[in-house]
Parts: sequence; structure tokens; C-alpha cells
Amino acid sequence: MGENLFVGMAKGLRTWLESNHFLPIVTDVFLMLLAVVGVLGFLFLNALFLIYYDRKFGAWVQARLGPNRVGPRGIFQTVADTLKLFAKEIFIPNNVDRWPYLLAPVLIFTIPVMLFLVIPFGKGMVPYDLNLGVLYLVAVTSVETIVLWMAGWSSNNKYSLLGAMRSVAQMLSYEMPVIFAMLSVVMMAGSMKLSDIVAAQQKVWFIFLQPVGFLIYFIAVNAEFKRTPFDLVEGESEIISGPYTEYSGMNFALFFLAEYTNFMIGAIMVTTLFLGGWNAPFGWTFIPSWLWFIIKMYFVITLYMWTRWTFLRIRIDQMLNFAWKFLLPVSLVNIFVTGVGLYLYRMIRW
Amino acid sequence: MFNGEVIAFAIVAFLLIFSALGVVFMRNIVHSVLFLAATFVLMAVTYLMLDAGFLAGIQLVVYAGAVSIMVVFAVMLTKRSDLHETNLFNSLTIPGAIISLLVFLGLSWVVVKTPWNIAERPLVDPMAINKIADLMFGKFVIPFEVVAVLLLVALIGAIILALEVKPQK
Repeated sequence: MGENLFVGMAKGLRTWLESNHFLPIVTDVFLMLLAVVGVLGFLFLNALFLIYYDRKFGAWVQARLGPNRVGPRGIFQTVADTLKLFAKEIFIPNNVDRWPYLLAPVLIFTIPVMLFLVIPFGKGMVPYDLNLGVLYLVAVTSVETIVLWMAGWSSNNKYSLLGAMRSVAQMLSYEMPVIFAMLSVVMMAGSMKLSDIVAAQQKVWFIFLQPVGFLIYFIAVNAEFKRTPFDLVEGESEIISGPYTEYSGMNFALFFLAEYTNFMIGAIMVTTLFLGGWNAPFGWTFIPSWLWFIIKMYFVITLYMWTRWTFLRIRIDQMLNFAWKFLLPVSLVNIFVTGVGLYLYRMIRW
Repeated sequence: MFNGEVIAFAIVAFLLIFSALGVVFMRNIVHSVLFLAATFVLMAVTYLMLDAGFLAGIQLVVYAGAVSIMVVFAVMLTKRSDLHETNLFNSLTIPGAIISLLVFLGLSWVVVKTPWNIAERPLVDPMAINKIADLMFGKFVIPFEVVAVLLLVALIGAIILALEVKPQK
């Protein structure tokens, strides 16, 4: 019943618009804008909830209360915080490099929003089913480094610059394992299209066929999106908060939002590549596909939060060594084994 | 003539040339590199408009993604105090102008002389990479492997250069 809720709504709207003799281009543009609004709404609502969930989960892990004053069980705490950030003055320090300083928060939020273009949210619910989906994700994410660097450099603050340098080192070293783990999935699915990858997992999820790939991806994505134990870029106890140090008000809020959006993208990618995307497990199709997607996404998010509140922050040399001397060789071996395995499988089947 | 494609191309081309000029005319080397990143991204957009999605993706990963390293080096290799005057002009205006004019004329000559075959419709699915893979691992497998060996040599060389020199006992 709920399965075709969103697809049906879009279809109904299209027929209504067409029956009212709008120009075809007007219909297309209107529906596209609606998809954008839908994605942004999904993003904001989830980010709003995620911040609350993160704080509550952390409080639970550490046996304290967490936010509990605003609304029942503190559920409106994030709303109050957001309103506060809206009302705050945007404070620009004296000697910042003005243009890059003001552009960075805008750009840093644009990039993760762009990633939502190719995500299959449910059966037939892809904003744009790009043939090169995986490559698109890798390509767009790689631009993020320079934007974060821009923020850190233009702030004219040594802590910002240190954080920016760290972010460059971190993103570069962890991009490789991420790409290689994605590649092993692409090899098994035989396509870079995300909807094809989801379809290939209809019977067996790739986490069972690619357990090593899953572990590499899970760790490396955590590092790429800079969550504890890999949050050296911010490292509050060492460098205040890295590239975000000099930002205030809505500028800071945009960085914060981008971080949670990235977090969400990470969970979504793990879901799509390894946990079967919107496919229902055990044939439980009475729960609609988009709801399965959200359930799996929140499962992965909870795993990441568990990691965050369990592990300590590691040192920068440990982090780089881990990427280059452990994750990279393992992912290369994984690709090799996957290739040989696929070849043997094909030979046996013939 | 003035359909959406042409207008979009005009906008992108204008921005592309603007940021390319920014790379040359900015006096601060970090600003130059930021404009360079913008140039690379806009070039990827141009590739997309030419239906070369794979190339656009690679352009983003290889150029726009790695350009941040260049910024890091730019900052590490220059003194912070005089970063505002790090990308200076020299006095060789006339030889520079002659060389750029020659390059421009040469490129224009090539563009005009090439017989362009205009296809009525796209020959392959613009976003398909299977054809690229077939060519890379079939017809052009030897150049591909040679490039791979070359990169490996560069990688090993970089590691050897970066190795710590142990004090001799």
C-alpha cells in the first residue's frame, strides 16, 4: 500500500499537470524542483533528528542524561539551537581572506547535497539514475578537500590552517581505500549505476560476498567524513575546532549541517553498496522499500555512533600509517581475490 | 540558434575563461590555485555538455581533487608573510605576447583545418563506460599497461625519495 506512495504522488502530479495543458518543459522543471525540495526536506529533517539522536546516544553510552529541558525528553533542543544560530551575528574577523572565507561555507554544503542526485531512495525513487553513479560520487566528494582547505586557509588562524592541512592528508589517504572497496562492489555488480548495484543484491547482499570490502569501506568512509576516531581535523582538545574555528552564526551552522549530511551520505552509501539498498530482507515486502532504506540507514548510523562514542581519537601518524600500510594493501588484495573469484565462478557456471 | 545548449555553453565558457584569467592575474598564489580549481571544475562541466561523462568524472577526481595538494605546497614553499605578492609578473611582456599569439594561431589553424564529422545522433550511449573498458583492455592494452608501469615507477621513486635517511653507524 505504502510502496507506491511517493512514486504515485509524482505520477499523479504529472498527469494532472499534463491534463491542464502546461508546456512539457514547465511540467518537467516543476517536478524536478519538487524532487529537489523533497531531497532537501529529507536532508534537513534527518539532520535535525540526527543531531538530537547523536547527543542522546552519546549520553546513553556515557551514562548521563543528555538534552532534557526543551520539549519532552529534550526533543526540541536542536530546533532551539538552530533558531539561536539563525539569530546570531555573523562575525567576520579582521584579517581574513574575505572571498574564500565567505564562499567556503556555501560550497561545503553544496557538495554533499549534490551527492543525493544519484541515491536510490526506494523502488523507482532515484532523482537521476546516472550510468556513472559510483564515479559521480567519488568525483564530487573529491572536490570537498579543496573547499575545506579554503575555509582553513582563509581564516588566517594557525589552528584553522593546521586542521586544513590535516584534512588534506586525511582525505587523500582515505580516498584510495574507499575507491577500491567501491570497485570490488562494482566488479561484482558489473555496473556503476547505483540502481543496478541495488538490483544485483536482490538475493544476496554484498556484505556476505564482500565482508572484507565492507569492513574497509566502513572504516575508510568514517575517516573520509571525519568522525571519531578519525576527527583529527577538528580535534577540539588540540586545535579548537580546526577549519571551523573562526566561523560563527549561520556560517558555522552550514559547516555543521554539511558534516551531518556527509555522515548521512556515508550511511546511505554503506546501505546501498553492501546492505542491499531498498531491498527487503527475507521477502518482507509488507514494509515499503523506502522505509526499508531508512531503517537500514539508521542501523548503519547507529553503528557509526557506537564507534564514535567507543573509540578514542588516534594520532595523525597512526592514522596515515593505518591508511597506507594496512587498508590500502588489504583493499588491493581484496580486489585481486574478487577478480579471481569472479573468473572462477564464471568458469564453473559454464 | 539560441537554444538552451548554446546559452549554457556561453555561460560556462565565459566563467571558464574568467577563472583561467584569474589564475594568471591573481597576485596571491593561493588565489591563483583556487581559480585553477574552479577552472578544472568548469572544464568538467564542458566535458559533460559534450556527452563525455566518464571524462568529466576523471577530470574532477584527478585535477580538481588533487589541486588541493598544490595549494598545500604553494603555502609550504612560500613565506607566509609575503603571500600577497607571490605570483608576480615579469618584464618579458613582448616575448610572452608573441609566444601566446603563435600558440593561439597554431591552435586556430588546427581547429579550422580539421574536417569535423558531425553525427546526426550520439554514436554510443554517452554515459556508457563499457566501450571505454573494451578498448582499454582490448585494442589499447599495451599502452595501458605501459602507463601502469610508468605510474608504478613514479610511485616507487617517490617512496625512495621520501624515505628517511638513517644515520650511518
